[in-house]
Amino acid sequence: MNVPMSWLKQYVDIDVDTKTYVDKMTMSGSKVEAVEESGKEITNVVAGKIVNVEQHPDADRLRIMQVDIGAEENLQIVTAAANVQLGDTVPVALNGATLANDLKIKTGKLRGVESQGMFCSVEELGFAEEDIEDAPHDGVYIFLKDVPALGSDVKPYFGLGEEVVEYEITSNRADCFSILGIAREAAATLRKPFKFPEISVEEVAGNAEEMATVTIHNDELCPRYAARIIKNVKVGPSPKWLKERLTSAGLRPINNIVDITNYMLLEFGQPMHAFDYDKLAGHAINVRNANQGEKFVTLFGDEVELDESMLVIADSEKAVALAGVMGGDNSKVTEETTTILFECANFNGYNVRQTSKKLNLRSDSSTKYTKGLDPNNITLALERAAQLINMTGAGEVVAGKIDVYPRKREAITIPYDVEWINQFLGTAISEEDMIKIFESIEFVVNKEAKTVIIPTFRSDVTMMADLAEEVARLYGYDKIEPTLERAEPTRGEKTFEQKSCDIICEIMSMYGVYGAMTYSFESPKVFDKLCIKADSPLRNVMRITNPLGEDYSIMRTTTLNGLLTSLSTNYNRRNPEAALYEIGKIYIKPEVVGAPSENPKFFGENELPQEIKKITVGQYGPKADFFSMKGLIETLMEALHIEKYEFTRNSELEFMHPGRTANLIINGKDAGYFGEIHPQVAKNYDLGTRVYVAELDLATILNAINKNVSFKALPKYPATTRDIAMLVTRETLVGDLEKVIKQRGGKLLESVELFDVYEGAQVGEGMKSVAYKLTFRAEDRTLVDEDIQKIMKKVLNGLEMNCGAKLRD
Amino acid sequence: MKDKLEVIKHSAIASIETADSLAVLEELRVQYLGKKGELTAVLRNMKDLSSEERPVIGQLANEVRAEIEEKLVNKKTALESAEQNKKLQEEVLDVTMPGKKLHLGHMHPIQKTLEEVKDIFLGMGYEIVEGREVETAYYNFDALNLGEEHPARDEQDTFYFNPHLVLRTATSPVQVHTMENESLPIRMIAPGRVFRSDEVDATHSPVFNQIEGLVIDKNITFGDLKGVLAEFAKALFGDKVQVKFRPHYFPFTEPSAEVDVTCVYCGGKGCNVCKGEGWIEILGCGMVHPKVLEMAGIDPTVYQGFAFGVGLERIAMLKYDINDLRLFYENDVRFLSQF
Repeated sequence: MNVPMSWLKQYVDIDVDTKTYVDKMTMSGSKVEAVEESGKEITNVVAGKIVNVEQHPDADRLRIMQVDIGAEENLQIVTAAANVQLGDTVPVALNGATLANDLKIKTGKLRGVESQGMFCSVEELGFAEEDIEDAPHDGVYIFLKDVPALGSDVKPYFGLGEEVVEYEITSNRADCFSILGIAREAAATLRKPFKFPEISVEEVAGNAEEMATVTIHNDELCPRYAARIIKNVKVGPSPKWLKERLTSAGLRPINNIVDITNYMLLEFGQPMHAFDYDKLAGHAINVRNANQGEKFVTLFGDEVELDESMLVIADSEKAVALAGVMGGDNSKVTEETTTILFECANFNGYNVRQTSKKLNLRSDSSTKYTKGLDPNNITLALERAAQLINMTGAGEVVAGKIDVYPRKREAITIPYDVEWINQFLGTAISEEDMIKIFESIEFVVNKEAKTVIIPTFRSDVTMMADLAEEVARLYGYDKIEPTLERAEPTRGEKTFEQKSCDIICEIMSMYGVYGAMTYSFESPKVFDKLCIKADSPLRNVMRITNPLGEDYSIMRTTTLNGLLTSLSTNYNRRNPEAALYEIGKIYIKPEVVGAPSENPKFFGENELPQEIKKITVGQYGPKADFFSMKGLIETLMEALHIEKYEFTRNSELEFMHPGRTANLIINGKDAGYFGEIHPQVAKNYDLGTRVYVAELDLATILNAINKNVSFKALPKYPATTRDIAMLVTRETLVGDLEKVIKQRGGKLLESVELFDVYEGAQVGEGMKSVAYKLTFRAEDRTLVDEDIQKIMKKVLNGLEMNCGAKLRD
Repeated sequence: MKDKLEVIKHSAIASIETADSLAVLEELRVQYLGKKGELTAVLRNMKDLSSEERPVIGQLANEVRAEIEEKLVNKKTALESAEQNKKLQEEVLDVTMPGKKLHLGHMHPIQKTLEEVKDIFLGMGYEIVEGREVETAYYNFDALNLGEEHPARDEQDTFYFNPHLVLRTATSPVQVHTMENESLPIRMIAPGRVFRSDEVDATHSPVFNQIEGLVIDKNITFGDLKGVLAEFAKALFGDKVQVKFRPHYFPFTEPSAEVDVTCVYCGGKGCNVCKGEGWIEILGCGMVHPKVLEMAGIDPTVYQGFAFGVGLERIAMLKYDINDLRLFYENDVRFLSQF
C-alpha cells in the first residue's frame, strides 16, 4: 500500500518528521517498507520569467533571453525553443541542475554566447506529454494558470517532491488497504485525532431508485449492492488537483470517471464500477451466478468462459460484469456515455479470488475484494464518490440511491479483562490507558460492563487475545520487559535417534565425506536415468498435482538420484574427488488406501506415505573404491556398537555393478546396499569415472545398536596365535571361509584376521592362496598346545569339507 | 707391585681419556678390569706378597680399580651423550614439510547452523521433535487456524497431492501433534524440511529448512517470549546484537511479532545487506492463538504459550555471508569444505 504523505495529512496532523513517523508506524504494526520521493532526481529547477529576447548574432535558430528568477541579477539563457516569448514564465534549470534521464545542466557557451541554464520541457521533468494537460506538443512548458512565484521550486506545481510511504499490510487488516485506514492507524499511533473527510452531495432532481432495479440472487456472495445514477456525464480529463493526487500515489490519470474510481480505491479502499446506464437492458442489475459455459467479453476485449461458481452482474439479458473482477465490453463507459450507473458493492472475497484465479483475470478491484471488505464501508464510500462527481463536474448526481443490503454485518461486543491482558502480556497497564488505546482505534468502551464494541471494519478482532494485541502494539512492543519464564522446568535432551545421527555425521566427517542436501522431489525421468526396471516398485510414487514443473513432480523413492546429480555437478566442474552423504527421506506410497474417515480432521490420513530415512553416501575420485566404502560402513558399525552384521553379494540391483555390490545384513535384516554404480548409470549422469554409493536404512541400523554396552574384564591369560594359509578356488568368498573358521573355532577363538590373498603362477590356474591369523584365548587358563591343535583340526576339517580348502605347507 | 699398579692406573686412565667410542671403551674395561685383565692379574699375584705388604697393596689396588671404574663410567656417559647428540643432529627434519593430515569431511552449513540452534535450545530445556513432511491439510492448515478460505491455502504457495494431502509448508504441524499427544508443559523445537511453491532463485527454493519452537505452560507471557528470543538472537549472533520486536500477523498466534536484529554486517549503521535500515528480520513469533490451543485439546484459560519460526537458510546466509541460496543444494565440495 503506497500512501503519499500529503494525502494522508488531509486526515491526520503529522507533526513529526518522516523518519520518526515511519518508525512509529512500523512499531504499531503498519510496517513501512520504503519511503520514496517522486521526482527525486529533479533538482534546481525554478520558475523564471523571460524579460528580454534578442537574436543570437551567429545562429539563426538560437535566441538569447534574459530571465528573471526573483534574484538580484537576471540569468542569460540561450535557447533554441521556438514556442517561448517575452513575458512567458517557464521552468528554468539552473547551473548544477539535474533532470530526468540523468541530464545535468551547467553554465556554458552556445556559439560563443554564455548560457546560464536551460528551459525545460515536461519530458525533461520526467513526464510524458499526455501526463500534463497543457503541455505543448513540442517545446518548453509555459506556466499559464497558477503561475508559481519567480525563483520558486517548480516541483510542487507538477506534483513532484512528494514523499510516498510504502506500507506492508498484513492480511488480517483489509481496512488498512486504504488511505483512510492508514490515516486511522497513524492517528492512533501518534495519539492525534482522525479527521474523516467531510462529505456532502449536491443532487439534481430525479429518483435513482426508480431508474434502475437491483436484485441480489446470491446474498452469500454479494451481501450488499448499492449504486448511484449520474446523468449528463461529460467524460473528459480530471481537474488538476485530482490528477495530482493520483500522480502522487503513482497512478496515471485517465479520465474523470476512471480517476474517481481509482481515487475511491485508494482513499476508501472501496472498488467502484461505472456502467453505461443506457447499455443496461431493462435498466436492471441482477447479481447472480453465471451459467455453466456462459461467454463473457471483458472491457479489454478478451473472451472468457464462465462456470456456475462465478458471480456476474447481469442486466435483464446478459452478463455485464464479472462481479468484483472486471467490467464487460458490452456496458463500458465511452466518450459517448451520457448516463452512468455507479456501482458500489460488496462481494465475497474468497469467491472473487477463486474466479480471478480460474480465469486468470486480475484487477485492482479483485485484489481489494480478495482481502475481504467491510460492507458497511459502502454507505460513506458511495456518498464520497458522488461528492467527487460534484467536485470534478463529471456529471450530475441524480437524487436518491439504490442500496440492497440483505446480509447486514453487525458490530460485535467482546469483554475485556485488564488483569488477564496484563498477565498475558507481562505488563502492568492501567485500565485507563487500555481504554485510551481502545478509543484511539474507534472501539466503543463500556467501562461498567467491561466490554468493547468492535467496529465492523475490524473483523480481525474477535476475542480477548485480539484485544491484548491491540493494547500491546499501541502501548509499544518495545516497552514490554523481556523476562525469562520461570515455569516448571523441562529437560532438554536429544533423542536416541538424534544422538545416533550425530555419531554417523562424525564418522562421515572423519572419512572425508561432506554433508549434502538434495531435493525431496524430482523428475519421473530419474527412473530411466537410473536404469530402474519398468515394473520396479520404486516407480510407484507420490505425485504432486501442482508441481513447479515435471522435474519436481514426484516424491523420491530412492535417494540415489539427488546424490548422483550432485556428484555429477562436482565431476563436471572438474573437482578431482568428491564424497557426499545425506540423511534424508524417501516417500513410499501406501499399498492399500484404507477407507477415508468421516471426520474432516482425519481426511487424507489413510493416504499418508511412509517416510523412511536413508543414509546415502556417494563418492568418486582416487580414494574411492569398493573397499573404502565397505570400510566406512564397518567403521560406522563399530562406532554405533553394532556387533552382528555381515555382507552378502547382491547382483540383482539394475542400477548397480552386478559384481561389485553387496548388502549390509544386520541381525539377519537387510539394512541397505552399497557398491559401485552400474557404468551405464554413471554414463547417464555424465560421470566419466567409477562411482561408489551406499543407501542404508537408518531405522534398521538404529534398531541394532547395542544400547547396553557393559565392561568385560580385561583378559588375565595370554593369547596364542596360529597362522594358516590355504588354497581355494578363485571364486571362493573369503567371507565363507571366515564363517567356517568362526563357527568351528568355537568360544576359544578370539579373532580371525585375513592377512594375505595371493593369486598367481605359484598357486596354479584358477586358485588362490588365503592366509589368516587366528588368535585363541581362554578366560580361565593359559591354553596349551593340545587345546589349540584340537580346535585347529576342527577348523581345517571344516574348511576342507565346506570350502574345499587345502592347507598350504 | 706398587709401581706396577701405578703404571696400570696411568696407562688405563690415559687410554680411557682417548677412547673415542663405546666399543673401544668396552675393550679397555675388559683389558684392565676383566677376568683376564691387567689389574685382575696383579690382584691374583697378591698371594705372593708378605702379610705386611698385602693390606697396603690390597688397598691401593682397590683404589686403582675404583678410580678406573669411575673414569670408565664418566667416559661412557660422555661418549653416550656425544653419540646421542650426533644422532639428533642426523635426525633433523624439515618441519615445514606437510603433516600427515586426515582429509576431513565437513557438515553441510545448514546442518551446522541447525546444530548451533539446537544447542541453544537444548540448554534452555527444549526437546527436539521431528515429524512427517507429507501432512494432511488439517494439520498443515486447519489446526493452525488457517481455514478453508485462507489465502495461504492457495495452490500458489502449497504443493498438493490431493485436496487433503500436502507437503508441509512449515514445521508447525509437528507442534500440533506434540500438543495433542504429549503431556504439559511443552518446550520443543521442530527442525525440518518445508516446501513452498517458489521458483528457484538466489533467495528462494521450493525446499528449505525451518526451525519452529513452542512453549506451553501456565503463566507464560509475551514478556517471556521476548526474553527467550532475545537470548536466542544473542546466542546466535553475539551479545552485542540488539533485538527489535515488531507487530505482525500470523493466523496461529495472537499477538504476533517479527523479530529484527541489528545488521550483522554493519552493526546497525546501514549497508547493502540491510538495505540501509540497520536491521535484519530473522524470525516470526507470537503467543499461541487460543483457537489453536483449543483445537489441540489444551484449555486456553489455564495454559498459554508462545511459538516462533526461523528459516535456517536465511540464518546460515547471514552467518556465513552466503549470497545465493542455490549453493546449498548444489553440493559442490569446494563450497561444502568451507564450513
